[in-house]
Amino acid sequence: MYGESFFLQAMLYLGAAVIAVPIAKRLGLGSVLGYLLAGIAIGPFGLGLVGEEGQDVMHFAEFGVVMMLFLVGLELRPQLLWEMRGPILGLGGSQVAITAVIITAIGLAVGQAWQSSLAVGLTLALSSTAIVLQSLNEKGLMKTEAGQSSFAVLLFQDIAVIPMLALFPMLAVQAMTGGSGEGLGGDDGQDPGLGHGHGPNHAEDHGAPETWLEALDLPGWAETLVVIGAVLAIILAGRYLFRPFLRFVAGTRLRETFTAAALLLVVSIALLMTKVGLSPALGTFLAGVVLANSEYRHALESDIEPFKGLLLGVFFIAVGSSIDFALIASEPGVISGLVVGIIVLKLVVLFVLGKLFKLPFDQNLIFSFALAQGGEFAFVLFSFARQSGVLTTEVTAPLIASVALTMALTPLLMIFNERVLQPRFGTRRAEAPEVAAIDAQSAVIVAGFGDFGGTAVRFLRANGIQPVVLEHDSERVELLRRLGLKAFYGDVRRHDLLHAAGAEEARILVVAVGGHERQLEVIHMAKKHFPHLEIYARAEAWFEAFELIQTGVRHVYRQNADTALRASADALYALGYERHQVHRAAQRFRRHDFEAMHDLAKTWGDEKAYMNLAKQRIENLEKIMLAEMEDGTPHDQGWDVETLRDEFGNLVEADT
Amino acid sequence: MSDPVSRIQLQTRHRRILVLYAHPATQKSRVNKVLAARIRAIEGVTFHDLYGHYPEFDIDVQKEQALLNSHDVIVFQHPFFWYSTPAILKEWQDLVLEHGWAYGRDGTALRGKLFLSVVTAGGGQAAYEPTGYNARTVRDFLAPIEGTAKLCGMTFLAPFVAHGTHAMKSDHIEKHAHEYRDLLLALRDDRLDIEAASARDLRFLNSSFDRLIRTED
Repeated sequence: MYGESFFLQAMLYLGAAVIAVPIAKRLGLGSVLGYLLAGIAIGPFGLGLVGEEGQDVMHFAEFGVVMMLFLVGLELRPQLLWEMRGPILGLGGSQVAITAVIITAIGLAVGQAWQSSLAVGLTLALSSTAIVLQSLNEKGLMKTEAGQSSFAVLLFQDIAVIPMLALFPMLAVQAMTGGSGEGLGGDDGQDPGLGHGHGPNHAEDHGAPETWLEALDLPGWAETLVVIGAVLAIILAGRYLFRPFLRFVAGTRLRETFTAAALLLVVSIALLMTKVGLSPALGTFLAGVVLANSEYRHALESDIEPFKGLLLGVFFIAVGSSIDFALIASEPGVISGLVVGIIVLKLVVLFVLGKLFKLPFDQNLIFSFALAQGGEFAFVLFSFARQSGVLTTEVTAPLIASVALTMALTPLLMIFNERVLQPRFGTRRAEAPEVAAIDAQSAVIVAGFGDFGGTAVRFLRANGIQPVVLEHDSERVELLRRLGLKAFYGDVRRHDLLHAAGAEEARILVVAVGGHERQLEVIHMAKKHFPHLEIYARAEAWFEAFELIQTGVRHVYRQNADTALRASADALYALGYERHQVHRAAQRFRRHDFEAMHDLAKTWGDEKAYMNLAKQRIENLEKIMLAEMEDGTPHDQGWDVETLRDEFGNLVEADT
Repeated sequence: MSDPVSRIQLQTRHRRILVLYAHPATQKSRVNKVLAARIRAIEGVTFHDLYGHYPEFDIDVQKEQALLNSHDVIVFQHPFFWYSTPAILKEWQDLVLEHGWAYGRDGTALRGKLFLSVVTAGGGQAAYEPTGYNARTVRDFLAPIEGTAKLCGMTFLAPFVAHGTHAMKSDHIEKHAHEYRDLLLALRDDRLDIEAASARDLRFLNSSFDRLIRTED
């Protein structure tokens, strides 16, 4: 039964992940290595729980990479991407070019045809987006110079795959006439899978066109036009279609509908890209960039993130399970030579380029070690190259095994750099002082944008603090954004949304969501996941204030207290009391009220004690305040001359 | 302070000092901020920022009186605004120094305590000479405070004055801060010649430290 085998597979993968990843994490090895080891463990050369079907799983799980690129895009506003054009083209371009040239030269030196050497060179120049980004993210290095440079290079590589796929068939023609091609439809058994850059010709039998473009059989220039058109379509749709669409869906206030919409978006773009022969990862990345400025950024992030995490995990497991240990065992010398060769060569090229591009030494080490491996694109490109007749199985099989090994070694290399090299040679600059590290722009998160949150935000902004606003009413978010506020749509009770809004770096969370239960949920969640956040909470009623205080919230504001005092103080003034007298009375009342709130909170829950104390409090306050109003004692006595007249009156009289 | 025995012990050992700091815009302050920073952590000194505590002038009279009760030296530290204190210190005097508590027939709470004004003045020392631009010394201008201190039975010490803050360089500010610190330490440890420091003709304390302060044993 299909369902049963699916469940069995799911159980195996999830089980392996749940066991291996926490252990790897505990040992400080990072989750990627955990997944890879889990894959090796359940793979044909481990326990043999999964066999060849692992490759189908990998194919499916590569969708995790697509989602990851979408998320990366969401983090990257178009302006930011534009600012990165230098590193992307310069650093990325020279990395791919130089690495490819050197490997091609080596290929020629060992007697390969130039066509196959070039194909291998180009393919091995690529690194693994999945492993690098995931590892850097996990180590919190994405925002560093090393992380940004790595990202730039990976992005260029992702783009470079497209022309490579176009180039390989041409090499094949040359290679065939050169007489070194093995021919079409070679043994596919060694493929660990087909990468996410589905090429125009990657289908096994060339007879059945897989992309629309092929079906149309257009001339080259028209194909290019269609491709450009597809890219433009994504940008335009991102601008004018996705947002109203998401707003419409968000308007239903059903969380799962929004999640479905987010998935639909990513899947559709991936499909469109595949059909026109572009990398789906690149397409979703683009869509992400376009949506980076939208109010749904954080909601999309928190909805896609879990899927991405799971799929990526499964992908790494599949990579692990597909490492062909039989081949490695049969040719240990060749394989280990290839693995060391690939890593060392890429490392050196990366390091020299890092130096040229003025990366600080420690950052350059992180950068070079992160990217010194073959990538998942290699699986696609090698099998594609073999089908196109550029390379033979004798060449691709050991290369594919080596690439998988270099990928598996990457987390270890990064740990080696982190633990051995950095402490010794790294010129780690002194950590910046905490205050400077905090971006004032996001020091405050305001959850809930009603009247209360609105006033809070306006005041903060008027004083140069730009809070991040989270609000679950999509129409209101739309309005706020039109007013130029930094507002995002989403369910504030979810910790991943708070995380996406930068809760790690923020210092203060203003909780002004409507509904007491919701508010308590937000506070419990924030206290659990972000204990460093100082919570400022609005209370709509007395009992809410008590419960907030009892939950341990130190800053509680009863929402109507100040307004009611103002109104009644004005009323007193209208009755003929002096302005300043009324002002002082209101000040005093506010202080008593504040003390009463914290006092009464202690008895809240014990009805009898509460009623007693409340009654007593009210009576006392009235007594005190009334006495003050009537005869001016005992407060502000210094402004009173009554006792002075008693003591000194006679003297003054005598003087005059 | 009703117990004469503990009072004597305090005077021979350590005095507790209450610094009432009044600056409505510390973020813009150049000199007071540094002066405050150098003394606020001294043991035996209670640093009390009035604008910080009462941003709405909502002075808690009972709390202030309790603070005064538990200290032996009362210091006003503030910039010279219109030859006087910033507004909150005036409000503080009006409200806290109640008749029947601080002065008058039954007002003995502050009797015997020492009073010190610590003032930062924009104009230079020459401007605060009888022949200078302002025609009076800072001590002359402080006459209302001196009167208040005396009416409350406190010993008014000559003020500590940082003259010429408008053009003061940072090393000079540090020098004043250092002296201020020395002065409070001397007051605390009873190394200040109180009689000389409270002489009527002494314009300010700064220049006479050698004469007034015994060095630490």
